[in-house]
Amino acid sequence: MSTVTEEKFTGTPRKVTPHITQNEPLSFEKSSPGKKAYRLAPLDVPEVDAKALLGDAAREDTGTLPELSEIEIIRHFTRLSTWNYAIDLGMYPLGSCTMKYNPRVNEFVSRLAGIAEAHPYQPEALSQGALEVMQLLQDCLIEITGMDAITLQPAAGAHGEFTGMLLIRAYHEAKGNARKHVIVPDSAHGTNPATAAVCGYEVINLKSNAEGGIDVAALEAIVNEDTAALMLTNPSTIGVFENQIHKIADILHAKGALLYMDGANMNALVGKTRPGDFGADVMHLNLHKTFSTPHGGGGPGSGPVACKKILEPFLPTPVVERGTDGLLHLNYDRPQSVGRVRMFYGNFGMFVRALAYILANGPDGLRQTTEDAVLNANYIRAKLEDLYELPYKTPSMHEVVFSDKRQTKNGVKTGDLAKRLIDYGFHPYTTSFPLIVPGALMIEPTESESREELDLFVDAMRQIAREAEENPELITSAPHSTRISRLDETTAARKPVLRWKGPAASTPLTPDNSPAKEW
Amino acid sequence: MRYLPKSPADREAMLREIGAASIDELFAIIPEEFRLTRDLAIPRQMGESEIVDHFQAAAARNANGYASFLGAGAYRHYRPVLIDTIVQRGEFLTSYTPYQAEITQGTLQAIFEFQTMICELTGMDIANASMYDGSTGAAEAVMMAIRVTGRDKVLVSRSVHPEYREVMHTYAQHQGHDAAEVEYMREGAQAGRVDLAALEAAVTEETACVLVQSPNFFGVVEDIPAIAEIAHKKGALLIVSIAEALSLGAVRPPVEADIVSLEAQSFGVALSYGGPYCGVLAAKEKYLRQMPGRLVGETKDSQGRRGFVLTLSTREQHIRREKATSNICTNQALVALMATVYMTIYGKQGIKDLALQNLAKADYAAKSLGQSGKLLFAGSPRFHEFVLETSETPKQINERLLEDKIIGGLPLGKWYPELGHATLWCATELTTREQIDRAAQVLAHAPALAAR
Repeated sequence: MSTVTEEKFTGTPRKVTPHITQNEPLSFEKSSPGKKAYRLAPLDVPEVDAKALLGDAAREDTGTLPELSEIEIIRHFTRLSTWNYAIDLGMYPLGSCTMKYNPRVNEFVSRLAGIAEAHPYQPEALSQGALEVMQLLQDCLIEITGMDAITLQPAAGAHGEFTGMLLIRAYHEAKGNARKHVIVPDSAHGTNPATAAVCGYEVINLKSNAEGGIDVAALEAIVNEDTAALMLTNPSTIGVFENQIHKIADILHAKGALLYMDGANMNALVGKTRPGDFGADVMHLNLHKTFSTPHGGGGPGSGPVACKKILEPFLPTPVVERGTDGLLHLNYDRPQSVGRVRMFYGNFGMFVRALAYILANGPDGLRQTTEDAVLNANYIRAKLEDLYELPYKTPSMHEVVFSDKRQTKNGVKTGDLAKRLIDYGFHPYTTSFPLIVPGALMIEPTESESREELDLFVDAMRQIAREAEENPELITSAPHSTRISRLDETTAARKPVLRWKGPAASTPLTPDNSPAKEW
Repeated sequence: MRYLPKSPADREAMLREIGAASIDELFAIIPEEFRLTRDLAIPRQMGESEIVDHFQAAAARNANGYASFLGAGAYRHYRPVLIDTIVQRGEFLTSYTPYQAEITQGTLQAIFEFQTMICELTGMDIANASMYDGSTGAAEAVMMAIRVTGRDKVLVSRSVHPEYREVMHTYAQHQGHDAAEVEYMREGAQAGRVDLAALEAAVTEETACVLVQSPNFFGVVEDIPAIAEIAHKKGALLIVSIAEALSLGAVRPPVEADIVSLEAQSFGVALSYGGPYCGVLAAKEKYLRQMPGRLVGETKDSQGRRGFVLTLSTREQHIRREKATSNICTNQALVALMATVYMTIYGKQGIKDLALQNLAKADYAAKSLGQSGKLLFAGSPRFHEFVLETSETPKQINERLLEDKIIGGLPLGKWYPELGHATLWCATELTTREQIDRAAQVLAHAPALAAR
């Protein structure tokens, strides 16, 4: 190291120490013909000739799939797993994603044989346990949201938005006019305008006010008889509660429009206030955010949609109902329904996990959870607002959004700060979102972080702020501690390589000048 | 609350540092009239043992110890133990969408392997990182075809899973395009397959796509080359939906298709009362820019080392907002990982061996159960499902079977009034000869027959 860099401040990560990770090629590259990781039970019926049964439709060649033994497979995936950061390793403050602890009892109960092996078409009389899980989860979520009815069918948050907007559309159509547009604030998640468009609505963007909230006067000026709904995230994507919420609802309702609430940030509200009470007509929940079902590297999610009575007739089929025989049934006879949004009944395995989480918490636990989530975000805000620009001073709920304004003068952007945070042993916050904050650092700690972990995070962020002042190149070239450095995303998009095509197409795991070659 | 890592003293100290007198001060922005001042009316906090008891009791009220012949889009296959061992590693289970490539290479490489395997099995050039499931995947494929062709008419075979068709109609209804259904052949050598003459008559220069399923809802393998020719003659795309991924071990892949929508539940994913499952779209390379969902691509870092990233995100909602190819965000990554592990375990030979066992079991079951009724569509090739028409009603048959702890075939009358006395049966490698023989015996002893 040269003397010049030694003079510059380089922070000391306190949470992590570098360690060796194993190299691992693609499974295809390890494969060799004849290896097996399975053994089938002997066939107890006569063998058949596929060609005779299928004729021209018989498959000659199954293509290239790996051929490996069991030990190689478990090492393969275990090695890959060690390249991931995860909640189980530490704080994952990815704003708007609510990366909270995923309790293991949830996993255990979802794998009980009578639950995991239940076929969706098995007779209702032999599905009462599954239907009871759905019924109890529905009752809990209705109570938590303050709504009147719910569907568990949507498979994820965006799918829930889609379902919610279909309900709104069906409601207006039933009144004789589907209406033309949906208002979406410029602070909204990208799924909101995408959803409105998929549901056949024109999207009107609403500029946020100086506090980052809904500009009530501007809203009042654009809401008219063509407005189907406003899609509102509350707390907003800058983590602020819309305290004019009831006024907003009144403005919409006065023109016959509805209030759709994006429940992505429900972790700030559970047990403290209810959307149904403050004027929302329909909302989705993300069971993988608020209710602790695992994010799994990008799903599965689950996006139940809760609504007021006026929208209940339009819910997707089927709905769970208790019959006069005392048994639970799936009712398909719903003439005004928007139809199905997914086959079967939704991501049932996630219902089991979410219900297990609710039962583990009870009313007191859920309230404490919300309070701790908000406490953690405010603690981070208090500890960092002297070093990072806070564009909106309004009180924070479950997340805090800073900007990189002070760091950009040294050429350091939010994405760079995020990459440097990796060296300190943390997953980065959400970068560059919401769009209303240029260079946003969106930090959502969740309730799952202890004071000690938060202090380590604060310490890391403070050291990084100093590095940005004194040693900006260190940050713009981060991360320095990972298996790979920043990847060439431009080439990835320009010349997409989306599948393995044999040894020639792939680049080596280690560069040719790797010291490993000298051994 | 045992999930919360703070002592009362921690909370007080943190409030002091924030400068708040109480936790309620942090919620003061919520107008007072909307603050909840009571406990939520939900069950009280439970200990872990109580939670386990609760769900064990629920599990006991579901079917337990039954032999089942149900399929119809959700298939019971053996799930190797390795699958849950791997997906329960916290590094996979508790990470999220791999936005930060440097610390999510594990997920990214696994998805790249998944995309490759799906391409190999389906015969397509590209595959995405997953969709919610087969039903929404098919609906998204239709919307993709509409974008590609700029046309707005859709033809769907009536032999596509009825719930897939319902989902497609829900998606399509506000897109300004109309979907018409094409009949299947009731009689003759092609019975159970799409009526090719009707299809040919229905496809026009305005048709965006033809959607078929193969093996279809009746378990019958469609004549994909013939259907493709009809669709392509008029410039329409062919979308093939595959609800039973394992069929690809024995059935020729639909290489003539433009888009394949696959449900990969059979690859190591628990039935779990209908979800979560794993959809995936695969397509010809030229349609790449219209593909919805996440894609993982190979690239290099600054030192030339291979790595993987999410790529082509300019198609997606977080960049394109209302102009995105789809509103999809979170997909089914962990379920796709289950499928990846499954495909790695069985590999090139195992997928074939397994598919062959399924063929054999279903063939035996069809022959055995066919003794007590009429096997419909018997002349067409099928994978592991078959349709049986009986003189008794499906309700009567199934009630008798249930007494013997057997869940019989799925009654088809609900979706196909013309098949009111027909049931759809499925046999997999897990169906035993003993179970098949027992079911055949129950069927053979219909009370009406005994009385005669």
